[in-house]
Amino acid sequence: MNALALYGRYVATSLRAQAQYPTATLMLTAGHCAATAIEILGVFALFDRFGPVGGWSFGEAALFYALVNIMFSLADMLSRGFEVFGTDFVRTGAFDRVLLRPRAAALQLAGYEVRLSRLGRLLQASVVLVFATNLAPIAWDASTIAIAVWAVAGGVALFAGILVLQATLAFWTVDSLEIMNVLTYGGVQAAQYPLNIYAAWFRQVLTFGLPLACVAYYPVLAILKRPDPLGAPDWLLPLAPIAGFAFLALSFVAWRAGMARYTSTGS
Amino acid sequence: MPAARPYFAAFRARFQLMLQYRAAALAGFATQLWWGAIRILVFAAFYGVNAAAAPISLADAVTYVWLGQALLALQPWIADPEIGQAVRTGGVGYDRLRPLDAYGYWYARSVGWMLARALPRAVLMVLAAGIVLPLVGLGDWAWQPPSGVAAALLFVPAFALMTMLGAAVLMLANIIVAASLNERGVNAVLTPLVIVFSGSLLPLDFYPDALRPFLHLQPLAGLVDIPFRIYFADLKGAAALQGLALQAGWTLALIGLGRLAMERMMRRLEMQGG
Repeated sequence: MNALALYGRYVATSLRAQAQYPTATLMLTAGHCAATAIEILGVFALFDRFGPVGGWSFGEAALFYALVNIMFSLADMLSRGFEVFGTDFVRTGAFDRVLLRPRAAALQLAGYEVRLSRLGRLLQASVVLVFATNLAPIAWDASTIAIAVWAVAGGVALFAGILVLQATLAFWTVDSLEIMNVLTYGGVQAAQYPLNIYAAWFRQVLTFGLPLACVAYYPVLAILKRPDPLGAPDWLLPLAPIAGFAFLALSFVAWRAGMARYTSTGS
Repeated sequence: MPAARPYFAAFRARFQLMLQYRAAALAGFATQLWWGAIRILVFAAFYGVNAAAAPISLADAVTYVWLGQALLALQPWIADPEIGQAVRTGGVGYDRLRPLDAYGYWYARSVGWMLARALPRAVLMVLAAGIVLPLVGLGDWAWQPPSGVAAALLFVPAFALMTMLGAAVLMLANIIVAASLNERGVNAVLTPLVIVFSGSLLPLDFYPDALRPFLHLQPLAGLVDIPFRIYFADLKGAAALQGLALQAGWTLALIGLGRLAMERMMRRLEMQGG
């Protein structure tokens, strides 16, 4: 069985397991939807009170919010194995079993669990996307849809990269560090507003350190057909999401370094 | 007061146990520091375009954010995980055998759980946001001390009441968990409600003006919005006293409601094997 078919079987197993408890899965999804949807309330209240900021109306800012949340929900759904890697695999010694199987460890972890409840965030982000389309307004055509899909793909890669890094840290720390939430949830929080409203140092962090701007801010400018108020050239805007894939590739380099020094906890 | 001793002992035992989790406190602190910084950057952007529209000054908003991050663990976001466990394993049977008021016992333990998680993070946050930030020249973004002696004195009861109100809300969640044997559903409803209506997400006055009368009177305002506005003297004099009265009134009401619900729940409680 090739890797893709194996991954497909992992996913199918995980989905079947959750389908055994349909009510619980639906309730968890609804709960996740409500818990993550309150952020847009905050964004709305701020725009309602202060008016446009940095040249952005609420409708346009909602597009950032929607895309970032869609990216994160998909990455969060698909990378569960990496998220719980420290707690459930390294500390318990379960990773030894993973290593014994003649398949890449990363593939097994990626297929560990596909959590449907994370679609709750996707759901609310999609609703926000519909509102943003009407409010902004955004003209969806083949090219803007292509940019959006490409940006989401880059964003999923970026957030998955962060989760792989979180797992990699566990080779040294043995436990999963909550501190990486700073990059995942904190990243969503930061990238759901347009970049140019932030102070300069923070813009640089979000462009060159953790390239969230490349998967959210620049492609959204391209979708809205706006020049960058900060002066990035127009041709760069739709290309920027490639940074997400670069980040994921670097994360896997770190992952391999971690694998090389893995010693079992012996539990 | 010998009658209060067992409740105090329950509080102290839980408090000391929770203080042991130092790594969790450090990780929580770092997360909250970053979170606070993002919140403040967003506020700064909006104040930059239209500061006149804001109900409070930027300095007060910054203090509000830091206070909120420091005292985050006092917020009743999730039911006490030990209650759910005690009910599922049958451990709650031991609680029924104690010659104590069951509500008072759980309440004291909940207060201990919340305070022990909140206080170490609050101390670290005072150090970072109140002392280090001004020292490195970022005084504009620092956690300011209370606005005057009166505000500081009024904040003492406000803080006590916000803790007691938080525990009263938490107890309602605990009771539902005990009745339904599952905390996930309760937490899914509780967390967003508390984050929005306490003023954790945004100070309540930032929401549309038409909602103000309702937002100011609802019980969860006493968890964040009222005590913090007392701290920087946005509520002072009669308004501050009114705020304290609201906190106290809702605390008593929710404790009363919790006691009633607990009595009913305990009568129907079926012991789980464990």
